[in-house]
This record gives sequence, structure tokens and C-alpha cells, in this order.
Amino acid sequence: MVLLVDPLTGLSHMLSHPFMRDALLAGTAIALVSGLIGYFVVLRSQVFAADALSHVAFAGALGALAFGIDLRAGLYGACILFALLLALLGRRAAADDTVIGSVFAWVLGLGALFLSIYSTNRSGGAAGNTGISVLFGSIFGITSSQALVDSIVALLGALAVVAVGRPLLFASFDPAVAQARGVPVRLLGYLFFVLVGITAGEATQAVGALLLLGLVATPGGAAQRLTPRPFTGLWLSAAIGVVSMWIGLTLAYADPQLPPSFTILAVATAIYFVAFLVTADRSRARWPRRSGLVTASDAREGER
Amino acid sequence: MTAAQSAPGLSWNVSADLSQLFSYHFMVNAFAAGTIVAIVAGAVGWFMVLRRQSFAGHTLAVVSFPGAAGAIWLGISATAGYFAASIAAAVVIAMVPRSGAGRGYSQESAVIGTVQVFALACGVLFVSLYGGFLDSLTGLLFGTFLGISNSQVLILGVVGAGVLVALAVIARPLFFATVDADIAVARGVPTKLLSVLFLLLLGCTAAEVSQITGALLVFALLVMPPAAAQQLSARPGTSFLVTIVFGLLVTWLGLGAAYFSVYPVGFFVTTFGFIAYVAASAWRAISKRRDSRLALGPA
Repeated sequence: MVLLVDPLTGLSHMLSHPFMRDALLAGTAIALVSGLIGYFVVLRSQVFAADALSHVAFAGALGALAFGIDLRAGLYGACILFALLLALLGRRAAADDTVIGSVFAWVLGLGALFLSIYSTNRSGGAAGNTGISVLFGSIFGITSSQALVDSIVALLGALAVVAVGRPLLFASFDPAVAQARGVPVRLLGYLFFVLVGITAGEATQAVGALLLLGLVATPGGAAQRLTPRPFTGLWLSAAIGVVSMWIGLTLAYADPQLPPSFTILAVATAIYFVAFLVTADRSRARWPRRSGLVTASDAREGER
Repeated sequence: MTAAQSAPGLSWNVSADLSQLFSYHFMVNAFAAGTIVAIVAGAVGWFMVLRRQSFAGHTLAVVSFPGAAGAIWLGISATAGYFAASIAAAVVIAMVPRSGAGRGYSQESAVIGTVQVFALACGVLFVSLYGGFLDSLTGLLFGTFLGISNSQVLILGVVGAGVLVALAVIARPLFFATVDADIAVARGVPTKLLSVLFLLLLGCTAAEVSQITGALLVFALLVMPPAAAQQLSARPGTSFLVTIVFGLLVTWLGLGAAYFSVYPVGFFVTTFGFIAYVAASAWRAISKRRDSRLALGPA
């Protein structure tokens, strides 16, 4: 509450806590990579796949704990494996909602099994807490070394997204033309899914497995509503993610009753809602079909 | 009470096992609730898979978790919370214009995803405001078959019957609108109204199912039986019936297995559902290959 009375002193107080600095460091990097990859997730209509990954993240982390290996090994391993599986299924044009849904429902059932194995092996309370913090995130509980590793991985991921940004945009908008122009569309598809997997693992540590979709899909969706320009949208999406993270962490610090996962996603949702209201009548008038995206084929039709 | 009843154990004597299973009132209630839920989930899930609304169905399902958590925090019945949250989310999703395939779909799914995540975030908030009910939290998320009361079974039955009647009333036009939306519109079928009604039914169903399987595993009963059945038969009537049968088998086996083991019911239900789906897919692949060989062979 100090923040409201005297913002500057409040902020310096906030930054004097090591846990707050670690949370901000890791959170910013994670929000950045989630926003960047999230733009492509929404663009390529893969929100449901990201949703599926959130459940896989839980099962992977709990599976690692149940078998006594490092939580993050299981988390990243499961996410990347499942992401590759999705890419494989997608290539055969068979990965419809049903396949994804059936597989991830089962993986989540496995997660429930691992949770119960883990809790019977350990003394009740601590195990339950670990399960809950995997599901709902605990960014204030992140250690300094974890924060450092997380932000390095996240920044590498963000660099990778930016590096392949141009061809990936081309391949996402118009795969057929991109293929004809010699863009390695299939390879980019795999790379995209691997990056989504890494991002899912990262975001799980910030806001939890159940809520990682909010860091990925919400900024991407809002950015796509606000601008039809691809690169502006890409950076806007990252900016929305990072701003949500900052405001959310500050709110959670100001009122300790509010869990950070809630405040971060509440801010992101609010931004999405504003974007929705701002563009509601515009999108109906100008883009009846495609919600603000102009593809190459549209452009060609326009020229005729 | 014999010794076998007090300590659950599986023997080769099937009838003894069954009588042991049903000797407890809570197991009878669990099976009654499971049967209702399996039939309703199968019927509504069959349409959901056909309409490709799995993501919406999943969202309505997980949204029941914050509903229940909020209800517990406020001190009202969790059942009310389940239904209120799922129906509210169905209304929100129905308000978003559904623009068929293509880019419109990605924007629609971004909205659904945002609804889902915000609701779950509220669930986190309610849990932390309420403070410390870790045991029931796992139950809310992953399901429990213990402690289902008579009145809960009654509510499930009444709501389930209502959903089935409503679905029966709109089934024909809904099927038409699902299979060929354009022609249905041209014939004057109110497709928009139908899709809103269907989302509401889906919301009620998700709320029902989540009381047995937990909010996170509703999907197992909603999507797996219809997905398996639609692999086996292209005829609507047949695959609908097969869906119900699969749903019942998966639920009954899951409850039975959970009773005789220490592991959660959600794990068994999802595993049996997944086995059914994989087996159905394999059966389809094999029969397809056999058909093509027969077609090539005699010529």
C-alpha cells in the first residue's frame, strides 16, 4: 500500500527485495519470449496446441518429481517432446482438435497419477505444495540462480524467434507461396513447435502450468486485434506481455493477498479486453472475415 | 461386515468383487453419478467433436474449477459454483462471433483462451484468499469419487435429464447445421441460436462431469468416447450409440479400478478412454488396409 501513497519510495522499497529483483528479471525475459512466440501461436491458430502443452508441462514436472529427477528436466523434456509430436501429427494434416484433446487428456491423467505417487512417497504437505506451485506458479519463490538460468534460456528463445521471424511470418501467412519461394516451411514448422515447447516450460515457472496460455495467447491475440502489420504486431505482443508482467508483479507486491499469477494474467486480460473494445466495430466494418490480417492472396486479389 | 469389505482387495471371484464394490453406499452413489455423467458427456461430446469445438469444451470444463473454488470461498455449495461458472463462460464464448474456418478461427480461439486463463487466474485468487484446503483442491482439479451425496446424485440426474431432453429437441437441426452450415442457413435453420444453445448445454455438461472427474479431466469423458466411436463408424446413429457404450465402460472400469487401487480415479478414466481411442484408431487403420487390399486383389 506504500506504493499508492508515495510511488517512488514504494518502488525503491520493492526493488530492494532480492526476491522481487529475481522475479522481475526472470519474469521480464519469460514474458518477452512468450509474447514473441505467442504472436505466432495465434497467427498459426495453434492456441489449442499451447493449451495442450500446459497440461503436458504439469505431467512432465510431476513425473520428474515422482521418479526423483530434476523438475525442470521433466518440464522441458515433456514440453519439447510433445511439441515435436504435435508438429509430426500436423504434418500429416491429421492433428485435429480430437487427436490433440485425446492425447493431452491422457497425459494429464498421467500427471494425476504422478502427483499421487509423489505425494505418497513424500510427507503430505510439502508434496501437495509442489504440485500446486507447478500448476499455479510461484514466481516470488524463484531462486537467484534459477532466475538467471530462466532468463538466459528465455532470451536465447527470444533471439531465435526474432532470427527466424521474417521467414516464419511468410510461412505462416501463405505456406504455399513461401514453399514455392524456397522457404523451408516444414523445418520452420518443427522449429516453431520446439520454441513453443521451450516457452511453455519457461512460462510454467512464472505463472504455472495451468496459466501459461495467458502469457502466450493473450498478448498475441491483443496485438493482432490492434494492428494488421506483422512486425509491429510481433513487437507489440512482446510489449504487452512484458508490461502485464511488470504491472502484475507490482500489484502482487503492493497487496500480498493477491497471488502474482492472478495479477499478471488479470492485467493481460484487461489489455486484451480493451483491445477487443477498441477494435470491435472496426474489425466488423473493414475485415469481416479475417480479423485484421491481410494475406498475400488478399493483396493479390486487391491488385486485380 | 466381513474382513474382505473393510480392506479392498481384488480376487478372481468376479461376483464377490462386485458385491464388495457395491456394499458401500458411497460406491453406489459414485456409480450412479458416473453413469449419469457418462451418458450426458457422451451425447453432448459426440456433437462437440463433430462441431470441432473441443477447445471451447475444454475451456468450459476448466472454468468450473474457479466456480467451485469461488463458491467454497464464499461458503455456498460447490455444485452451484460449478454450474454458474460454466454457464457464464458459455455465454461469454457464445457472444464472440464465430467466423468459420481461416483466420477468424485464430481470433476466436484467442478469445476462448483468454476467457479460460482469466477464469483459472480467478481460481488461483479464490484458493489463495480462502487459504489452505489443499486436499479438496486436488479433488476439485483431478476428481474424487468419495463422498458424493444422495442430493448430489439427484441434482446430477435432474440436470442431466434436462440436458438430454434439450439435446433431443435440437438434435436434428443441430446435426444439419453442423454437417452443412451453409445449406442449413439457406433452409432457414437458426444456426446462430443453435450454436448458442449448444454451448449452454456444453457448459452444463462440463459442470456435471467435473464433479466426478475433476475440472481438469472432464475432457476425458467429453472427447475420448466420441473420438473413438467416430473412428469406428461413419453412420451418425451407430457412432452415437457406440459413444455412449464407450463412455459407460470407461467410467465404470475407471471407478472400479480406482476403488481397488490407491491411485486417483482421473488417471484410470483417462487411461481407459485413451486405450479405447487408440484401439479404435488401430482398428480403423487395419480395416482400411484390408479393404484396399480386397479392392486391388481380385482384379
